[in-house]
Amino acid sequence: MKFTLSWLKDHLDTRASVDEIAETLTDLGLEVEEVVNPADTLMNFTLGKVTKAEQHPDADRLRVCMVATDEGEKQIICGAPNAREGITVVVCKPGDYVPGIDVTLSVGKIRGVESHGMMASERELELSDEHDGIIELPSGEVGENFADWLAKNDPAKIDPMIEIAITPNRPDALGVEGIARDLAARGLGTLISKAPEPVPGTFESPINITIDDDTLDGNPYFAGRVIKGVKNGPSPEWLQKRLTAIGLRPISALVDITNFFTYDRNRPLHVFDADKVQGDLRVHRAEGGEQILALDEKTYTFEKGMMIISDDKGPESIAGVMGGEESGCTDETVNVFVESAYWDPVTIAHTGRKLKINSDAKYRFERGVDPAFTLPGLEAATQMILDLCGGEASEVVEAGAVPDTTRAYRLDTARCSSLVGMDIPAETQRATLESLGFTLDGDMATPPSWRPDVKGEADLVEEVARIASLTNLEPKPMSRATSGVPKPILTPMQKREQIARRTAAALGYNECVTYSFIDQASAALFGGGDEARRVANPISQDMTHMRPSLLPGLLQAAARNQARGFNELSLFEVGAVFHGGEPEEHEILITGLKIGATGPKDVHASRRPIDVFDARADAEAILSALGAPAKTQFARPAKGWWHPGRSARMTLGPKITLAAFGEIHPKVLKAMDVKGPAVGFAIHIGAIPQPKNTSSTRAALAISDLQAVERDFAFVLDADVEAINVVNAAQGANKTLIEDVRVFDEFIGGSLGDGKKSLAITVRMQPTDKTLTDEEIEAVGKAIVEKVGKATGGVLRG
Amino acid sequence: MDDLRDKYLGQIAEAADEAALEELRVAAVGKKGEVSLKMRELGKMTPEERQVAGPKLNALKDEINSALAAKKVALEDAALDARLAEEWLDVTLPSRERPRGTIHPVSQVTEEVTAILADMGFAVAEGPQIESDWYNFDALNIPSHHPARTEMDTFYMARATGDNRPPHVLRTHTSPVQIRSMQEHGAPIRIICPGRVYRADYDQTHTPMFHQVEGLAIDKDISMANLKWVLEEFFSAYFGTKVKTRFRASHFPFTEPSAEVDIQCSFEGGQVKVGEGDGWLEVLGSGMVHPKVLEAGGIDPAEWQGFAFGMGIDRMAMLKYGIPDLRAFFDSDLRWLRHYGFSALQVPTLHGGL
Repeated sequence: MKFTLSWLKDHLDTRASVDEIAETLTDLGLEVEEVVNPADTLMNFTLGKVTKAEQHPDADRLRVCMVATDEGEKQIICGAPNAREGITVVVCKPGDYVPGIDVTLSVGKIRGVESHGMMASERELELSDEHDGIIELPSGEVGENFADWLAKNDPAKIDPMIEIAITPNRPDALGVEGIARDLAARGLGTLISKAPEPVPGTFESPINITIDDDTLDGNPYFAGRVIKGVKNGPSPEWLQKRLTAIGLRPISALVDITNFFTYDRNRPLHVFDADKVQGDLRVHRAEGGEQILALDEKTYTFEKGMMIISDDKGPESIAGVMGGEESGCTDETVNVFVESAYWDPVTIAHTGRKLKINSDAKYRFERGVDPAFTLPGLEAATQMILDLCGGEASEVVEAGAVPDTTRAYRLDTARCSSLVGMDIPAETQRATLESLGFTLDGDMATPPSWRPDVKGEADLVEEVARIASLTNLEPKPMSRATSGVPKPILTPMQKREQIARRTAAALGYNECVTYSFIDQASAALFGGGDEARRVANPISQDMTHMRPSLLPGLLQAAARNQARGFNELSLFEVGAVFHGGEPEEHEILITGLKIGATGPKDVHASRRPIDVFDARADAEAILSALGAPAKTQFARPAKGWWHPGRSARMTLGPKITLAAFGEIHPKVLKAMDVKGPAVGFAIHIGAIPQPKNTSSTRAALAISDLQAVERDFAFVLDADVEAINVVNAAQGANKTLIEDVRVFDEFIGGSLGDGKKSLAITVRMQPTDKTLTDEEIEAVGKAIVEKVGKATGGVLRG
Repeated sequence: MDDLRDKYLGQIAEAADEAALEELRVAAVGKKGEVSLKMRELGKMTPEERQVAGPKLNALKDEINSALAAKKVALEDAALDARLAEEWLDVTLPSRERPRGTIHPVSQVTEEVTAILADMGFAVAEGPQIESDWYNFDALNIPSHHPARTEMDTFYMARATGDNRPPHVLRTHTSPVQIRSMQEHGAPIRIICPGRVYRADYDQTHTPMFHQVEGLAIDKDISMANLKWVLEEFFSAYFGTKVKTRFRASHFPFTEPSAEVDIQCSFEGGQVKVGEGDGWLEVLGSGMVHPKVLEAGGIDPAEWQGFAFGMGIDRMAMLKYGIPDLRAFFDSDLRWLRHYGFSALQVPTLHGGL
């Protein structure tokens, strides 16, 4: 909402400065977004008097002027034809910034003669387009500030423009009068009330108006009248200036008048060309399918139930939203029908949203205009049309009735203290409400018709506190919810997220936060991209689907980094993935992605390409930090975006998948434009079972002082036998003695022949009661060979 | 005897290596060494002679043994020095790189905020990001025709044909979590709701996804003055310096009265410095929870009242750590992650500092 200071002063008698007004508006909840004060750029310029003007020795069109200024006499070279002795001018001195030519002045030499500044034209000071000569003032003293002179003698030239943001609850502040009322309630001036005088009609309106019964809820009241014999054309300068100052384009007197009342009193109006209306006007609900060419020159199709204003020919206006092009007025219009109606906010909001029209009228009607001002608004507009365009007004025609919005709420003056924490005397509270237009009857307060937002007692408190200013609110300590040391507040899941995140970072991964929505193609690569997870109104084609996995976002991040020349990447993210489009269909995961080599090339030759065991090691480290059981099974296959032979799920029994890890499928890498090798892991941090024992006490530690014994075994096996089966079999050979089995070598093919491999394991035996004898060790060894042979077909390598 | 002494001590001092030293030991104090032989001669002496020569010989033997030992250490040291000199490495060569992981500022700041507000008794509540239109709007006193619905630039989920429910939305704020928490726990309640939120907007200060933390405190007598205190305490702890706030009247459908909150700051040289100067920066929206919102949460507004506030986590991070562009938060540029990230062990705590 934009307005100018002079416009505000039509409604507010005040001596407050623009700065004071702007600060107060913001404090009142009418947040100032911008103040454009032309005087700000004129602050440095002062008046001077030309005491002598002589021909420049070297230039025909230049004059060497001596100018009396507040800093003494200055020599200024001037090319303006009107530069002559005796005139009062505006002086810009060296160091001043001149806005119209975007130059900061300095002492210069023009054709060999020094010039100490300039005398400005109106265009050079951005006051108008006038540039035929320098400014000549009819009055003013040498040294007087030019902005001050303008304020006194020609304030319209420096009328400040103020733009405020309007919250949806304040339709009344969409009119300059409403803004003035708030400022007056705060004490920044006196409200100037202007109730429009009724304009008597001299003839019966040839156009009548009816509202269908089923439409009265959407259009409770409609008033209008014909004005004949008007002369349309450009509106007067004062009106054009007002509209231009707030960014509106003057169109014609009739249109400008409706715009004026839209902003002055938040009273949108519509003017039909009466000669283009056939028969009477009827407000009714659309059957659906009717069409209209609207004033924005677009054709709209009505949906069933939307409101239309029709004449005998058909739709002439999208009621309360936008008029029709056909019956709109033009420069040739001589007879008009002026509409002032009250439209139901909800109906207008829905119609506007469905037709995607954001007109000034819709914006205002959906927030709620003052229903009681419908007829006075028509009278005021009539008067202005008669004043500016001439003509003769008919009697007013009306349909329906102004809706009664009267309601009252109890003003509990103690509530302000208990709810807000501000002590405001009861009398002040009552006076505040009255100054805002509330009517008080005992302790019952009736809001004015222009405040549809006031709907309860809390609203009264809000108004009182707002006008009193929340800057006066003093902080008051809030007592602790419980006494003593605060209890921990994180849930087990929140702690897991934190531990997972910080463990991954400790393992060298950089945490990313990527968008929750990705493009359809990428989503589809990871089992998503379906209709249920589609965003209906995405902001871009890259953000159309809720992510089914964290991997695509990380891979896209990797591709961007690779494009910047970073090829060794360890990225991770903790966040939600979406299994469907319902609120409960989401899950928190931690996912890591490792790409390239273990590090940059170095002198130690420690660099090697990363592989699937890096990903598994990191997954295991995080699972361990999260307290997952140490023993998990490896299940295959993992999902399709992993390399089928180099990936697995880590599971607990057949039902619980804790994690997946592996190489990313080369097809996925190609599709996402990422250079491999790339490995990753995804951990379902919610799937880890909660520990059954919640006690902080650890199990007793059992360690033996007896010497442990390690023995190595190498087995020849079929190449497809998994190492874990060898380890498990060996472990099973003697569960009390064998503490640990580790694979330390793998050798495939070669002398063993095709399809064969050798696996070497170290078995650590830990006696608990006495030192092991050679025979005992021998016996365990035999059992191991036997068990491994039975389980895997492996034989001890000779 | 002095001859012997001079001879061996001199030779020991000049011995070039351990072998030469061993030869000297054998020659001097070995079984058949000169000193040993002399000691055998003691038996042939008179007791008086022996009394004089015995201690002298013993002293000589000790002296030679000490000299041998000292020389041995000296030779070893010299050999070690020579080896170490051989082993010189250019230690300015690059070391083996250790990976340096980082925590994203959004996570760090979320933990900072949590640490401060947990101390004031606020628990952390979470909820879905795809929300029903009731939880995101209606329950927050934003009915279907309310202009705030369009002003929030809401993302809607697609609806299958035949499914006539209003489309789900990507939550535009974390307020739905407040409703869900009130429904689950009732009053009194103190929670914060951090998390991702979505609005269709994109420029230097807006991204279609960002992070919010909202706070909610409901009790019998909580007032807006308490809110101001909580926020001033919060900002002072968060920025590590006393921060004043300024409340300005505003409007949100879910609070009444409502206030926008500015924090004190200075804007010098293009840098915002919080807690000094006489400028004000708008950082959050707040107010007393609207009676209708309490009702939607299953709480009786005649009995309970309280405040709610909401602010951007990303914006808080930008302000505290001087991060200029919001869009970069979600770009995962490695250079950015390293520059603005935090080390894994830098866990924010109240006792250790934030």
